Amino acid sequence: MFHVQCDVAVVGGGPAGLSAAVAAKKQGAQRVCIIERDKSLGGILQQCIHAGFGMTYFRQELTGPEYAARFITLAREQEVSVLTDTMVLRLEEDKRLICASGEHGLTEVCAGSIVLSMGCRERTRGSIRIPGTRPAGIYTAGAAQRLMNCQNKTVGRRVVILGSGDIGMIMARRMTLEGAQVCAVVEIMPYLAGLTRNRVQCLDDFDIPLLLAHTVTKIVGRERVEGVWVQRVDEKRAPVEGTEHFFECDTLLLSVGLIPENELTAAAGIEMAPITNGPVVNQHMQTSNPGVFACGNVLHVNDLVDHVSAESEIAGRAAARYALGTFGKTLREAACEAGKGVRYVCPQRLCIGEDLEETAMLYFRVGAPMGAGEIKVESGGHVVASRRISRANPGEMEKMAVRLGDVAGDTVTVSVEPREEKQ
Amino acid sequence: MMEKIITCTVCPQGCRMTVTGEELHVSGVTGNKCPRGAEYAQSEFVCPVRTATSSVRVEGGVRPLVSVRSSRPIPAARMAELVELLRGIRLEAPVAMHQVVFENLWNSGVGVVTTAEVAKRRSPQTTGC
Ligand SMILES: Cc1cc2nc3c(=O)[nH]c(=O)nc-3n(C[C@H](O)[C@H](O)[C@H](O)COP(=O)(O)OP(=O)(O)OC[C@H]3O[C@@H](n4cnc5c(N)ncnc54)[C@H](O)[C@@H]3O)c2cc1C
Ligand code: SF4
Repeated sequence: MFHVQCDVAVVGGGPAGLSAAVAAKKQGAQRVCIIERDKSLGGILQQCIHAGFGMTYFRQELTGPEYAARFITLAREQEVSVLTDTMVLRLEEDKRLICASGEHGLTEVCAGSIVLSMGCRERTRGSIRIPGTRPAGIYTAGAAQRLMNCQNKTVGRRVVILGSGDIGMIMARRMTLEGAQVCAVVEIMPYLAGLTRNRVQCLDDFDIPLLLAHTVTKIVGRERVEGVWVQRVDEKRAPVEGTEHFFECDTLLLSVGLIPENELTAAAGIEMAPITNGPVVNQHMQTSNPGVFACGNVLHVNDLVDHVSAESEIAGRAAARYALGTFGKTLREAACEAGKGVRYVCPQRLCIGEDLEETAMLYFRVGAPMGAGEIKVESGGHVVASRRISRANPGEMEKMAVRLGDVAGDTVTVSVEPREEKQ
Repeated sequence: MMEKIITCTVCPQGCRMTVTGEELHVSGVTGNKCPRGAEYAQSEFVCPVRTATSSVRVEGGVRPLVSVRSSRPIPAARMAELVELLRGIRLEAPVAMHQVVFENLWNSGVGVVTTAEVAKRRSPQTTGC
């Protein structure tokens, strides 16, 4: 068996893994190794050829491949080693990774600490159960994106897109420009899933209809998709009778959400969080196995890669300190809880050590769109941090910093409540 | 006088603005919560521009396509025209990052550059990296 020894091993070479690896090096870890199953680094960004990345991290609008290239260059400069075409199959308790490598065959990587950054995959038709036949012509939006942008394949001529996530909207524009006709983008919720910017630039610019509170109720076609039935839904998301509409099309794209790719994590017995479908972590992105850290989409689905890079640096630095034996001691812990209006908070735990001036960043999402409001972080019966916002949207992640010295008691609750807007 | 609803995309607020004006002249903007919105509304009303991205064929590379972008935003109305123009282009591998595809598109001073690298495909008999 091929054997690799390193201080920090990073599983997955997308933007999360790249940032974590570079940060680990800068923190002083000598040997940092990225293990990536694809033939090249960059993760999902390689196929996201549109612009709109890096506005907060680099203060510049980059395309996905350009954003990835910046981090690949940094990793090269920092002498991060890379094993591509290598898939991690198992994570052992003692921080050994069992991998299958195209070049070396069965490979074992032994590390002082591990960063998990496997990203996520798309929800498929199976996970949303649409009735009807099983013809060709049904793709997840990301799979269609890869076919078009990386493999030069034609996907379809007349398209209906289910789900108003960013990937779906971006594909609506891409396919229109490539000569296809996009009949409609159908969204079951009464509000947009993705960013407003994408609605304007991908749908409105091309007069593509957006049907909110609608869903695809049936797929028709034997060999190939021939059309789909679309129906309006009520508040309980149940189809409303008499609102059926048939769209003739040869392709249905699904942009119905992403699922963190956590088979490795769960199989290693690491504690998982129910709503994020990622591991439970503390503010250092440390999982229930102290030598294992997690960041990026494998932890919780991110809409902006800039957040991924920032969060992954925290994981990379902490993993390096763990491997070097300089990871601080925890004196007490507090659980982060989602209060009113909040769907989830990540990290789920705070570990408080000697440094009470340390601040921890809490990332969270609201449950439903809202106007003006106030974010409150409470602990031990006191408000320890608060901020006014003029609006919030489930599709856009919010964050809030907390000073650890302010955490009293064993819970920290984040809530967002509406406030009257004064003119 | 023409009235147009424009959603501001400068920040995530996404203000819905009503712009009134005629051809190249804007006489009023309402619904914007800050001055940046008015500026955006002005340019959207007169001539909306977008960064164009697409991909171009590559011969002899490890991948059949390379992604490209316009060096500056171009008029949204000419996006399809540019994509059509790019369909006829073939690049020879190796392709470098930010390699120039068009230097001066439509004499507008805007260029088109690649946004990724594509290495040359190795002939089957050579091995190693
Ligand atoms: C279509 C699309 C459009 C987007 N548009 C935008 C946008 O406009 N602006 C923006 O800021 N963000 C955008 N995003 C979000 C952003 O791209 C993601 O948040 C970011 O890529 C997540 O990075 P990651 O490293 O966590 O995951 P990924 O990029 O998915 O990387 C994970 C990597 O891990 C590898 N891997 C997984 N399992 C294993 C294993 N067992 N062994 C070895 N390797 C493994 C995978 O091959 C992959 O390379 C978009 C995302 C998508 C999908
Ligand atoms: S008008 Fe100002 S506040 Fe409103 S979306 Fe535009 S930039 Fe944001």
